[in-house]
Parts: sequence; C-alpha cells; structure tokens
Amino acid sequence: MSAAQLATFHLDGYLFGVPVEQVQEVLMEQPCTPTPGAPDAVAGLINLRGQVVTALDLRRRLGLPGRDAADEAQTINVVVRCKDEAWSLLVDRIGDVMEVDDAQFEQPPDTMHGPQRELIVGAYKLDTRLLLHLDADRVLDVTGGG
Amino acid sequence: MSSEADLDLEIVQEFLVESHENLDQLDQDLVALEQNPGSRELLASIFRTIHTIKGTSGFLAFGRLEKLTHAGENLLSRLRDGVATMTPEAADVLLRMVDLVRAMLADIERRGTDGDADVDPIVAEIMAVIESPPPAPPAAAAAKPAARRRTKAAPKAASKPAALPVEPPAEVVAEPPVEVVAPPAAAVAEPPPPVAAPAEHAEPTDNRSSVSESSIRVDVELLEQLVRLAGELVLARNQILQRANVLDDETLGRACHRLNLVASELQESVMRTRMQPIDNVWAKLPRVVRDLSSQLGRKVRLEMEGGDTELDRTLLEAIKDPLTHLVRNAIDHGVEEPAARVAAGKPETGVLRMRAAHEGGQILVEVGDDGKGIDPARIAEKALANGLINTAQRESMTDAELLRLVFVPGFSMATQVTNVSGRGVGMDVVRTNIERIGGSIDVDSEPDNGTTWRLRIPLTLAIVPALTVLFAGQRYAIPQVNLLELVRLDGEHGGRALEDIGGAQVYRLRDTLLPVIHLGEVLGVAAVETETSPVIAVLESDGRNFGLVVDRVLDTEEIVVKPLCGALKEIGLYAGATILGDGRVSLILDVQSFARRSIRVSEAARELLDVNVAESATADEGQLLIVSVGAERHIAIPLDMVTRLEEFAVDSIERVGRREVVRHRGAVLPLIRLSDFLGTPVHHTTDAAAGDATSVPGVVYTVRGRSVALLVSAIVDIVSAGAAVRSDIDDAGLIGSAVLHDRVTELLDVRAAVLAADPAFFTAVEDEVPDTVGATP
Repeated sequence: MSAAQLATFHLDGYLFGVPVEQVQEVLMEQPCTPTPGAPDAVAGLINLRGQVVTALDLRRRLGLPGRDAADEAQTINVVVRCKDEAWSLLVDRIGDVMEVDDAQFEQPPDTMHGPQRELIVGAYKLDTRLLLHLDADRVLDVTGGG
Repeated sequence: MSSEADLDLEIVQEFLVESHENLDQLDQDLVALEQNPGSRELLASIFRTIHTIKGTSGFLAFGRLEKLTHAGENLLSRLRDGVATMTPEAADVLLRMVDLVRAMLADIERRGTDGDADVDPIVAEIMAVIESPPPAPPAAAAAKPAARRRTKAAPKAASKPAALPVEPPAEVVAEPPVEVVAPPAAAVAEPPPPVAAPAEHAEPTDNRSSVSESSIRVDVELLEQLVRLAGELVLARNQILQRANVLDDETLGRACHRLNLVASELQESVMRTRMQPIDNVWAKLPRVVRDLSSQLGRKVRLEMEGGDTELDRTLLEAIKDPLTHLVRNAIDHGVEEPAARVAAGKPETGVLRMRAAHEGGQILVEVGDDGKGIDPARIAEKALANGLINTAQRESMTDAELLRLVFVPGFSMATQVTNVSGRGVGMDVVRTNIERIGGSIDVDSEPDNGTTWRLRIPLTLAIVPALTVLFAGQRYAIPQVNLLELVRLDGEHGGRALEDIGGAQVYRLRDTLLPVIHLGEVLGVAAVETETSPVIAVLESDGRNFGLVVDRVLDTEEIVVKPLCGALKEIGLYAGATILGDGRVSLILDVQSFARRSIRVSEAARELLDVNVAESATADEGQLLIVSVGAERHIAIPLDMVTRLEEFAVDSIERVGRREVVRHRGAVLPLIRLSDFLGTPVHHTTDAAAGDATSVPGVVYTVRGRSVALLVSAIVDIVSAGAAVRSDIDDAGLIGSAVLHDRVTELLDVRAAVLAADPAFFTAVEDEVPDTVGATP
C-alpha cells in the first residue's frame, strides 16, 4: 500500500525513476527529427509505430551537462504516457524496476535548486544510492517550466 | 419540388433514428427517476428529450404526437421546477406516454403518418396528475408554471391573472388542459396534405428493415481511431512495398500486391465512414433562403444538385458557415428585387443554384445566382478609394483580378467603414475559413447575369498532397494547396539574384516583386552549404504571395497528417507532422503562419499604408523624381510633392538641438538627410564625399509658405509612374517599391520624411496658420 514501483534510468551518473505504470515501453535509439523553434528541451520527433511522438532530452530538461558524444553510444527512449499523450524521454541507460516504500522517502532538500527542484517529487534512500523520483507531468510541461 | 419532398422524407428519417435513441434513454431515466425522485439532473434530461420530440413533431406536422408530448412536457416542467414531485402515478403515466410515443413513431416509420391512435386518454391522465398531485401545491403556485408553458393564446392573461378580473384564479389552474387541446386540434385537421404523399410512398416498403436497425451510431472517437489505424497500415504497406521491390521475390511480390489492394480498399472504406453527404449542410438552406428572401422582398428559387456528394464530416462542419454566408450574400446582394428583375427582362423569381460534385480528387461546391452580378468597375472604384490599388495597377488588372479583390481583407474592411453597400463584406473571412481546411475559393461574375462562387475542398483532411523539400539536411513538407510554382535561384543561367529593399529581400518574378524569406531564418536554423542552387517555392496564403527559399525540392507525395503535441503546436511554425516512406518523421510547415510572420502587415500598418497610398494616388498618375541615397539606393518621390530642387552649401548647414537646419535665402529651413531617415548604412562614406563638395542636393517641399528640405546624394531622373509595378513591402519610411528602369526603386513616404524634419509641419499647415518661410528654430 505504501510501496510503489519505479522504473529507473541513469542520467549523468544520477538514478531517476518514474512510476512504472506511466511507462509504456522502452526503445533503443530511434531516428529523431529535429524541431527548430521548439523549446530547448525538445529533442525532436520519433516514429513510434506510425505515431509521431515528441522526444525530450531529459539531460537538457533537468539542466544536466550535455551528453559526451564519445562515451555514450546510444540514447534510450523511455516512452511514457501522460494525459493521453505519449512522450519519449531520452536517457543514458535504463535501470531496473525497483520497489520502494514510503519509509525510504525524503522530500527534496531545501538547499536543492535549479530546474531539478521543481521536477523531483523526492528521493528514496536505497542501500547504496539515492533514487530520485521524477514528476513526469511537470517534466513534460516544457512550455510552462522552461 | 420533388427534391423538397425527398428532403422532408430525409428529415423524417433522421427524426426517427434520433427519437428512438432518445426514447431508450428516456425509459432508463424515468425508471432511475422513480428511485431517485429528487434528481433535477434526470428531470432536466427527460424534459429536454420530450421537448425535442415535441419541437420536431410540430415542425413536421405530426399533430397528435405534438399534442401528446406537449402534455408530457407540461407535467415534466412542473416536476423539474419543483412545483410537483415525482409520484408512482406520475412515473406511470409518463412511461405510458413514452410507450405511446414509441408506437406513434413506428406508425410514422411504416406509414408516414402519426396514425390514428387516440392520444386523448393519456393526455387526460397527464392532466389529471397535474391537477391533483397528492402533495397538493397551492393553486397560485401551480398556475404559474402552467402559465409559462402556454402558447400565444392568452399569454398576458396567464402571466398576470390579476389583470383579468373576468377569470377567477381557480380557472387558471383548470385552463391548461383546454388550452393544450385547442391548438393541436386545428393541427390535426390540417396534416393530411403533407402526410398523404409520404404515406403512399412508404406503403410497399413495409417489410424493409427499419431505419433504426440498419444504421448504428458510432462514437466519433472510434472512427477517428479507425482512420488513424488505416493510415498506419498504409504507411506500413508503403514501407513493405519499397522493400519488396528491392528483394525481387515472386511470392512476396504477390502477397504485397494483395496487401496493397486490401490496404487501399480498407483505407477508402474507413474514410467513407467519416463521409457524410453535403445534403446534411444544405438541409438548412431552404429555410435560410425562404426567410431571407421574404425579409428582403426577393423571390428566390433554390436549386440543389449533387447533394449526395460526400465529404469528410470535419470538412462539412467547416464549410457550413462559409456556405451559409455565400447564400445570404447571394440573396442580399445578388438577386434583384422582383420589379428590377422584370425591368431587366428576367423572370421575376431569381434562381440560386447549389451544386456539388467530385472533380479531380477534390470536391467542387458552387453557389450561383442569376442576379445582377458584380461590376468589376465598381470594385476597382472602391479599391482605389480605399487605397488598395493605385491607378497604375488598376490599368493593368483584368476583370478576373479585380473580382478577386473581394477576398482581400482590406477590401471588405473598407466597405464596412464607408458603409457602401456591395459585395465583399466578410468574403475575406469566408476565404480564410476555406483555406484553413486546405481548400480554395474563386468567383466568377458577369454583370446582369449573375455570380458564381466556386469552392474547392479536399476530400479529407487526414491525407493531403504535399511537396517535400530539403533544408539544412532535414525534410519538410509543404501542402500543395499553398504552392504556386517553383523557381530555381540560379545566378549564372539567366536567373536573377535576390535584391534587397530596406532589409527585406525580394525576387523579381515576371516583373512583380515577390517578398522572399529564407526557411532557415524563420526556423532559426543556420544554412548548410549545398552544391545545388537553392529553390524558391512561391507560396500563397491569405491572398498574398511570397517566396520561401529552400535548399532542394525532393518530391510530391500524399502525406498522412499527424497532430503535434501542444508545446510544438504553440510555436506556430508547423501545421503537423507526417511519416515519410522511409519511416522518418517530417514536419509540415504552417504556410499561413509563415505568411503572417514574414510579411508582418499588421492591421495598423496596413491602414497607415492605405492612407498614404490614397494620398499619393493622384501623384502616381504623374511623374516620379528619382534620387539616390548612398551609393546603391534609388528612392522615388512623387513629383507633385516636390516644390523645387536646391543645392545647399555645406557650410550653411547648422545643428539646432537634435535637428539640422539650413540658412537659406534669409530664412531657416528644417532639413533631413534621407540617408539618416531611411537608415542607409553607407551614408558616412557618401557624406564624406559630399563633404569634399561644397554643396548638397536637396528636395524642397513647401505648403503654404512652410518648407522642409530632404537632402539626398544625387538627383537621378524623372520618370513616368504609369509603368511602375508596385509591391507592398512596407518598411519604415517607405510605402512600397517598384521596378523603374529595370531597377528596384523604393517609394518614399514623403509625409513621414517631412514629419521627421519638422514634426509640426502638417499640424501647422492644417491649422491654416499662415507662417513665414521656415520654422522658428
């Protein structure tokens, strides 16, 4: 009841997660059509079995440094479904689905700032590291949140 | 006339389908209401349903049905308004009423009449329930809603019982039943004529499957999804076919062929589910025509042809208003009054023709009248008066071109302002609406013989023919409907390069100046070096032409339009996205918004422009003084705005505050350097050159003794403006440009230049204060 399942992925060394029920599928790197004039975080459009899906560069959205072209062979598309629209979140690497419970949960620290502060629900203290719970709704609101 | 009978029959069928559904809902609602007697929501819903049936049956002259539902409605309104409460008796009588309504509908379906069923017992029962509700409400309260439901019979008397001393209050309560029965009684006597014809007509078809069974209602969402899926299938098929051609496998080839056929047919069938006959929109027109023609004292016969032509329901919805507008317009401004028609040797009754047909993959819809037509000369007159065109343009315009002016926004705006009656009011809106769905509109008119408006509408919105172009390595799609032509920008082989007017780029296309924008600039993408020469796609939107420079043209193909997410829609550059044959996503350019963005003619600027053009319209007939500013720019000044040409000694120019003045013939003359006014960047060098000289040429403009001087680099020539071709690129200080002596020449906004030199110039002049030469420094 107080437990939740988060689908996790890696970005710039951090571990993020979104509720597993929001994730529709995970895809290897897809050809992505750039969208000039779009908000910065929009990486482009991908073809998801005939459906045009907007891809977000999650690094840019979270204000993390850009990907190092040399060491990252591929970006992964985490397709999430939100308000009846499918979006793709571009991440470095996909992680496991993890079960977390409320006992492990902490609010984001007050000292936290930058774009992440708004986009993170909080952190789950895992044994070895922190799992940051992303607020997918806010992440996808690229026009409002910058 | 026979089409009218068909129309009636169709309305009846629609009424039946709708009513059957409504009744099913009604049964559920009534039962639910009995369990939950207090629910206002349920009551309101039931009331609406019965009200709809009553309204339609009245309209279709089913008198008995109307009488029955009217009584039911009375009871329901009381329940809804809380005057009476739901009792088992009330529910019972309402349910029985529904049963009777159902039986009568079945009669209508079988025999075309509402039968001979006796509605009076049920009506009486309903009245009984109304009159003797167990938790008897006070008589006065009961009288009120009942009175509200009354028809014209005695509205005053009912709403103000006190004013009618003859009627004791008690009778007011008792009256409704009497009043309800009376008017339909007349109606019952009347129906036979309209009812008889369909009755005969329907007799032999007794055993056909009933209307309500042979068609079902499907959620539009579901249909949309089917269309989407069929679109996907077609895309997948395209990819498989491409691959199969490479593989050259016979079995695969055969399977592909079949897949090809099935997919095409499936797509077509699915598309058809969204198709509806244009009759659905036309059905409302006879009424519009009848009302409007009687209101305006015209006699009009409506002829409709091709009403079974089908088109996508979203498109149907989109053309509803434009069509109605055209019909209204045709009656209002097209068809003359009967007397005038007779005088003109035409039959008294005008004809309004609606025609719809498939034509070349599009739907052609015509609205034609045999009225007085549009006189191109009058359009020209008005357009000249509004400064939409100048005399030179008017000379070179054909009648067809003049007619097309009715679609220009400024044209109809001006008609409204000056209140000149004539065609064109709102035509720009009609055109915008038609263009929004990828269609086009044209007009054909012959004075005294009538006008025909021609709408071309795509079959469906989901699939559009498009041109794919390449820019900076990405492919973009441009809807074909916006595309006029393609021009290769080839500097070496006779093609001309782009020219610059005050920072705006233009291309000379057959002696007209085409404003040109670069796709890269609009998208904010840096251009990439290419080995091929760029191409201008000449596009049209909102009646304006402009060129869009792209790297390369790839192909024309049918694309399936996919919606974009909100964040991408908002930026206003893309109309959607599509998936091309290789599976990559490509963006569809929003040409309308490109036109708006690039040409930047705000309404205010346009008005300013109109004023200026109108002012200088007379000058256009005359001659233009050509001066040069800086090394490159040629500026034209209407000769009648030039009082004299002067050479000013350089050392006589002095600075007063931020302005420059010159002492001249004993007076002080405010002056402005055109290079400063127009912001020509090269003026320093030329000024330095001028500095070597001892004098600067100037153009002096004097009105009632008040003068200003415009300093230029050189006086070049005087030319006749008659041959000038105007283009309305507006930039600060300019009112347009023209090709004069094979050179792009900018037309100076003299008024603005004069004001820059002396802000009080025109006010002082218009105040008619006789002033000595020159302004007080």
